[in-house]
Amino acid sequence: MNRPVTLTGPAEGAPGAAPLIAASGVAVRYGAAPPVLRDIDFAIRPGEIVTIVGPNGSGKSTFLRAVLGMIPVARGQVTRPGGLRLGYVPQRLHLDPTLPITVARFLTLHQPMPAGQVAALLARVGVPDLAGQAMGTLSGGQFQRVLLARALAGRPQLLALDEPTQGLDQAGIAGFYRLIAELRAEIGCAVLSVSHDLHVVMSASDRVICINGHICCEGTPSVVSAAPEYRALFGLGTGGALALYRHDHDHAHDHDHDHDHAHDHAHDHDHAPQEKTAP
Amino acid sequence: MIPLIILDDFILRAALAGVMVALAAGPLGCFVVWRRMAYFGDATAHAAILGVALALAFSASVYLGTLLTALAMATLVSLLAGRGWAVDTTLGVLAHSALALGLVAVSFLPRARLDLNVYLFGDILTVGARDLWLIGAGAALVLGLMIWRWSALLLATLSDDLARGAGVDPGRERLVLVLALAVTVAVALQVVGALLIAAMLIVPAATARIYARSPEGMALVAVGFGAAAVLLGLAMSLRLDTPAGPSIVSASAAFFAGSVAGAGLWRVLRAARAG
Repeated sequence: MNRPVTLTGPAEGAPGAAPLIAASGVAVRYGAAPPVLRDIDFAIRPGEIVTIVGPNGSGKSTFLRAVLGMIPVARGQVTRPGGLRLGYVPQRLHLDPTLPITVARFLTLHQPMPAGQVAALLARVGVPDLAGQAMGTLSGGQFQRVLLARALAGRPQLLALDEPTQGLDQAGIAGFYRLIAELRAEIGCAVLSVSHDLHVVMSASDRVICINGHICCEGTPSVVSAAPEYRALFGLGTGGALALYRHDHDHAHDHDHDHDHAHDHAHDHDHAPQEKTAP
Repeated sequence: MIPLIILDDFILRAALAGVMVALAAGPLGCFVVWRRMAYFGDATAHAAILGVALALAFSASVYLGTLLTALAMATLVSLLAGRGWAVDTTLGVLAHSALALGLVAVSFLPRARLDLNVYLFGDILTVGARDLWLIGAGAALVLGLMIWRWSALLLATLSDDLARGAGVDPGRERLVLVLALAVTVAVALQVVGALLIAAMLIVPAATARIYARSPEGMALVAVGFGAAAVLLGLAMSLRLDTPAGPSIVSASAAFFAGSVAGAGLWRVLRAARAG
């Protein structure tokens, strides 16, 4: 498992378009410890939905931060076009109760905008009446939607989400990812997210990258879910998720996916609308 | 009787110096409260005594001495952070060590030994014209930094990740706060003294939290309570011949206590009306 196993070619979200982010040979280390991540080659193109999965401590969040330029890399390089509009949704953040702040002020913090836009953003993410409410009084689901609204304010070309549904229940998770899919369709932004909600990932991504210190495998959801590297990492725990995925989307196809890349892609594109209707 | 005294020159200077410190301490104190830096503020302020001793030993400006030791203390805290002790332990060790070391150092200097109370509890009534300029410049610098960096500081306070995602370097914002804190310590030393500088930062901000609905509102209300405490404390000091610095902090504490009690009473009344 030392070398990344790439099961498909580069993503075909927008062939020919220059990548929004490209990374090659990236390694990240904290202090003198061995690298948390190594040998990362990665690119995301306009409009693509890419999801990073991996066990706890596998370096998923580090991967996201490194390619977004939020932390320095120890080796390799990351290239982003100047002026890339990035919308970032952090992991569920703890808001200190000593800091009084309303939803509207939170949205306009460091990104001034008129009140009309605040209202429109909140309405778009499904929490229209929260503008005057204190951030500290929001439920987990409302809070995540407000974070998303904040990230959308600059009309991002790339929406990056770091485990955005932590602490939400199943219905909340499904609703959140449905919203992300709708927004992608509206804005045309690429979506790069870190997730451990495997079954949602499996149904809503163009491409999945499975990480455990390095890229173990990557490809379309069906390819990754069949990959031995992926199964070795997630073991029995994903049996249900995989079954769910298969049940929804594998139809009458045989299970030779990993030998038939072209076939896989055709499948994904043909059935794209169905893939977005997550359970 | 009071109006005549207010016209007296040294009282005016004292009031002006105190209000200027309150102007800087209001917004900075909010960040100290939001980021849970109360102990950090204490450690930096206690180091000021050591700064006084060093400045007097080398015949340098006391302002410069306290500014530099406050900065050195802040650097030391960040160097020792995350080395196996809890943050409050590290700060406790450093704050008390700095104070003890400062007191020992001062004992070698006859002149400073004489004035020890001044450095511990402040001496706002002896603020001279030159002090007034220096305090004004320091307070303006801190206030300017707060206004200039406000939104970036606030974003970095909410979340390091959120800041980085918006292209704000949280490390740089932390540095801005540390610098502002060191300058505040240097200018507040004469007003309330090393032992009570942290109180000037924390108590008005904590009081303001009860009233504020927005971060900006909290900073403004903190400035208001800080300035009011300075004036009330000074008046009390003149009337009752109490030490000025502790009187100011006592007034501040009274505002806090009154606000907490008032908020509690308000809740009870509202609940009674609703029920």
